[in-house]
Amino acid sequence: MKYLRIEPRRPKVGIFDFTSCEGCELQLVNHEESLADFLACVEIVNFREASAARDDTYDIALVEGSISRADEVERLKSIRAKAKTLVAFGSCACFGGVNRLKNACDLVAANREVYGAHPKETLPVRAVKEIVPVDLEIPGCPVNKPEVERIVQHLMMDLPFQLPVYPVCVECKQRFTTCLYERGELCLGAISRAGCDAPCPAGGLGCWGCRGPALDANVEAFRSMVRERGFSQRELDERMSFFGGFEVRS
Amino acid sequence: MKVTLNVDLHHLPRVEGHGNVIVRVDRGSVVDARWEVVETPRYFEVMLKGKHFRTAALLVSRICGICSIGHTLASVRATERAFGVEPPPLAAKLRLLAKHGETIQSHALHLFFLAAPDFLDLPSVLPLVEACPDVVALAARLKGVGNRLCDVVAGRTTHPVSIQVGGMAVRPARADLDRLRHELVSVLPDLESAVQLFRGFKLPEFERETEFVALKGEGSYPWIGGRLISTDGVEKDEDEYRAMTNEYVVEHGTSKWCRLSRDSFAVGALARFNNNFRFLRPEAKKVAAALGLAPIDHNPYRNDLAQLVELVHCVHEALLSIDEIQAAPSDAELRAPVVPRAGSGVGAVEVPRGILYHRYTYDSEGYVVSADCVIPTTQNNKNIHNDVVALVHSLAKRGVSDREAERLCAMLVRAYDPCISCSVH
Repeated sequence: MKYLRIEPRRPKVGIFDFTSCEGCELQLVNHEESLADFLACVEIVNFREASAARDDTYDIALVEGSISRADEVERLKSIRAKAKTLVAFGSCACFGGVNRLKNACDLVAANREVYGAHPKETLPVRAVKEIVPVDLEIPGCPVNKPEVERIVQHLMMDLPFQLPVYPVCVECKQRFTTCLYERGELCLGAISRAGCDAPCPAGGLGCWGCRGPALDANVEAFRSMVRERGFSQRELDERMSFFGGFEVRS
Repeated sequence: MKVTLNVDLHHLPRVEGHGNVIVRVDRGSVVDARWEVVETPRYFEVMLKGKHFRTAALLVSRICGICSIGHTLASVRATERAFGVEPPPLAAKLRLLAKHGETIQSHALHLFFLAAPDFLDLPSVLPLVEACPDVVALAARLKGVGNRLCDVVAGRTTHPVSIQVGGMAVRPARADLDRLRHELVSVLPDLESAVQLFRGFKLPEFERETEFVALKGEGSYPWIGGRLISTDGVEKDEDEYRAMTNEYVVEHGTSKWCRLSRDSFAVGALARFNNNFRFLRPEAKKVAAALGLAPIDHNPYRNDLAQLVELVHCVHEALLSIDEIQAAPSDAELRAPVVPRAGSGVGAVEVPRGILYHRYTYDSEGYVVSADCVIPTTQNNKNIHNDVVALVHSLAKRGVSDREAERLCAMLVRAYDPCISCSVH
């Protein structure tokens, strides 16, 4: 079937999870109103969380999670070798996500505290691109399914896709959300990449920057604005380091 | 006949997280039978240290992508109890409604997307999209209404935003709740179809006497906070959860194990059902009768049926809950003032897979000094292992093919609906 004289492709997709909560891959079976259409657009050939079928011939590998053990490094490399397109799927894959907070701890002491006399193997957390080349990053904690659907549409039509470069503030204005600073709340919306449709400020929570920095975000000016409004350095630092997006630059 | 079996289920599919089932039976004798958790550890308790109390709930939500609302609720409850804060009644109602949304989406996900393919002899639900679109549409409607409840009440279905220490940050718009109520009514026939579908499935016959642990119902089927009970007659206070779980580290595997009166115990839908059957809604009791499920049921495979009973219960509870919320005055309080103080607090919440505990100790400025999270699947892991061992012994006597042994073991683990990355937080 051709659409506008273009033959759409139905890419074979494999979905793989590493150190994470598996919440991003769960989004693939959410947004139920368009689920049947979504599943018609892609051929899911490998999706351990949802299927016992395992086929290693896929065009696109969606990789969720950060990398925190030697066996994960090997598994990731073998996925990279098979995939034509490797997508870092969600903030853990893109930046390390909240798991990266572990890197600020002494891992030997952390192991002792949690596992006592039986420490477990663990490495400092890394993002996917710190180990293998990544073709496309879809940030978010979790990813935004409507955005994932748009990306799939582009891939099917062989069109280039660009994540929004503007900040979350734009999407807040689009949905008429009252600015969180008016409510006396800290918010990273002014410096964070949009594309999420700003659900957090709408739900009464300032942005935590899960999608990383917007293009050319003026972080220094932002910091001084936040200071003028009376928020502490500790509070701002805790927030900016939360998902790792402001530490691991693309 | 001397039975020989070899099962090596590496990274068991259609469960959350990474676990293996290994079975070796050599000429009738069981050489090896185990449930092994190989998920990568994440050290959340260590990462929580030094974090502000408002950060804690957002961080622990990321322990689990499926039950993030449950983690958030346990977290804010632990913090509120540490600070001596009581959320206003309307906030408590909204939280419970979000909880029902999560239970509906999680149970529907497990029943239709993870468990049902076993009964239909399919690798996944995906072939059904073309073969049986009606069933997939039904599953999507049930899961969808749960997700939309979470979206409207908690701001998002995965990693909620509106559930905050002290209460709720926003009140859902009246029109949104009206729409949800309408949608809940529209899925009532779907629940009947779901019951018919599962009545047609043949669940494996297998029983092992088990101790079941749950929150204690006090007038209603319990979800958030309260005393802790077991079917062996143990009863403890919420704050004594450590004496209820007795978590310990094992050499193999990255999840801890737990025990109580026996070597292991179970939590989850069947444990809640077995302990609190009398508090179920009449509509849910009717479904239990239709499915032939009655307390105390010791067949772990029937946790699927208990989930279906709870799915019905939660849809009906959510309907009532929406009416109560809509009737609350428009200026009803949503958030209690929060003043941090040094001390500890425990929050126990019945999440889809069983009872979840969070405990934090804070300094006087509201920063975490120490944290402890005990996860339902962590409590279940030893029981799953014991069930696998018992099942394999019966299979070794009975004699089945490797494929059948693999199917029965996978279904057994899957029936617990394990959340493995959660258990290795």
